[in-house]
Amino acid sequence: MNETTTGTDVALAAHGLHVRFGAARAVDGVELEIGSGEIVALVGESGCGKTTLARSMLGLIRPAEGSVQHGSRPLSYAKSALKDFRRHVQLVLQDPTGSLNPRHTVYEAVAEGLRIHGIGDEETRVADALAKAGLRPAERFFLRYPHELSGGQRQRVVIAGALVLEPDVLVADEPVSSLDASVRGEILALLLTLRAELGLSVLVVTHDLGLAWNIADRVAVMYLGRIVETGPTAEVLLTPRHPYTKALLSVVPEINKLDPIVLVGETPDPSRIPVGCRFRPRCPAYAAGLPEPIAARCETDPPAVLPADRGHHAACHLTEA
Amino acid sequence: MSVLELRDLRVTYAGDVPAVRGVDLSVAAGEVLGIAGESGCGKSTITNAVLRLLPRSAEVGGQVLLDGEDVYGMSFGRLRAVRWAQASIVFQGALHSLNAVQRIGRQIAEPILLHSKVSRREADKRVAELLEQVGLPARRARDYPHQLSGGQRQRVMIALALACGPRLLIADEPTTALDVMVQAQVLDLLSSLVKDLGLSMVLISHDLSVLGSVCDRVAVMYAGRVVEQGPATAVFDDPRHPYSAALAGAFPRIGDERFRYSPRGLPGDPPFPGDLPGGCPFHPRCPIAVDLCATTEVTLAGVGDGRTSACLRATERGLDLRGAR
Repeated sequence: MNETTTGTDVALAAHGLHVRFGAARAVDGVELEIGSGEIVALVGESGCGKTTLARSMLGLIRPAEGSVQHGSRPLSYAKSALKDFRRHVQLVLQDPTGSLNPRHTVYEAVAEGLRIHGIGDEETRVADALAKAGLRPAERFFLRYPHELSGGQRQRVVIAGALVLEPDVLVADEPVSSLDASVRGEILALLLTLRAELGLSVLVVTHDLGLAWNIADRVAVMYLGRIVETGPTAEVLLTPRHPYTKALLSVVPEINKLDPIVLVGETPDPSRIPVGCRFRPRCPAYAAGLPEPIAARCETDPPAVLPADRGHHAACHLTEA
Repeated sequence: MSVLELRDLRVTYAGDVPAVRGVDLSVAAGEVLGIAGESGCGKSTITNAVLRLLPRSAEVGGQVLLDGEDVYGMSFGRLRAVRWAQASIVFQGALHSLNAVQRIGRQIAEPILLHSKVSRREADKRVAELLEQVGLPARRARDYPHQLSGGQRQRVMIALALACGPRLLIADEPTTALDVMVQAQVLDLLSSLVKDLGLSMVLISHDLSVLGSVCDRVAVMYAGRVVEQGPATAVFDDPRHPYSAALAGAFPRIGDERFRYSPRGLPGDPPFPGDLPGGCPFHPRCPIAVDLCATTEVTLAGVGDGRTSACLRATERGLDLRGAR
């Protein structure tokens, strides 16, 4: 079962990861692995800690506890080691309009990473990255400015900027949320193509379960700093085990669907994580009444941190029983 | 009589940019109409055109009738009375639409005080009722917008739109920046308000699945025109225009194997209204276009079951657009 925890096919992983901002436990004990050539979707609502987890896996935030692993080695936070790490693990930001400098041409935007890392053969590499991102013929885009491009093209420029360093992992934070509906599919298809052709591993951070269904091999559902359910996409989305995953799936807008479970309130404050199961105050199963021994566990025992393997797991006392 | 009726509405912005190019729509009492489309399709221009909120430089043609009365024939005084009290808008981006330095209670009370001769105290009482109606405790009236979460601010926007008891609510992307759970809460709220207060609503979104779950009827817009119209479920499940099919496919049904590892999108981008392709404006991106599409001006035509589509191939037998690549 544990084929990804041993051996060398782990591209990027988090082990026992905790990130704190003052009293807020934004990431509160996470095990997560992205296998080589694998697409993993990290899903959850705003404030659940998914972006913080992604940023710490990019080496942008130093965890309070635990470690990030790249390939077979733990990430070192020494300056030169970090710089080398960032060549291999690249970020694709969510809003291409905000993440491109309006006064830089496409060429400059894509070449920036090469210059920072002192890599030569600039023009060939920039053209190659633009072509891989689907902007062809690449030379025609060199001197364009972001405002001359459409939203979809801008997102491709951002992706080219990540690809130019020939990374082995992309971390994409809501890569299509600011794009027009009809353009989303093409960008998601591009991520699948990059995985097929370059063997890239991708961690996609999103609140959109449909996106996970579209492209992800595995899904990790995050709630209040923890992964509460993880497993192969089809298993998690079609036979969810955690009441939170069930609720999230039930509110994906669809027609003729049965009984949406609309949770009250919003993601609670990570500086006041409830005792026992952190989902209990909003849990519909708990609210509906559980047998005494299980309810007592929900109130007092936090469910264990889920393992990083490829199996289907849920952090819920109900499913363990 | 329709609560809202658009007759051949045309809006052209300065610089000869035709944003809306002849739209006919109507909303009956108690009905929820969805308008779907993406950037530049003209859906937000329609919102603004209904209450004459367009910039002065915009040229408006055709008619907008609110309860049978032409909005563009109204005196300014009459228009002021109609805004808020007969039709009101829930704008997108609650953070930017609310005044950051005024308590939300004051902001909701403002149109009440302007529109009805009530005392400050009565207005405050009404504010408390409105907040509870949208699921917020009355004491939140003393909060500033930054003290509220995104979902709570959107509730305030809805309370504001309801302040003067309108018959028609126009909600322009009311859930766009919200999480799925909060989106579900806001959509639930809108649906129950429509039912409880007997309102009519126009709901505008780029997400056809959102519209499908809330609306009775949906109109899909592309390049300033309606390209398909019909019962919401039918348009989503069995689209009769390739563009509606693409919008429906952008937010796939989880569990539908056709979408697994197969995200659906269209090549290219929505056209800029000032530079529309000839013939059917959708033809350059259309997966089923034929030569005729590049030269034929396609208009809405009936395709049965109370549905219309502006596609030459809409009535072809056995054309499964939902599954088409």
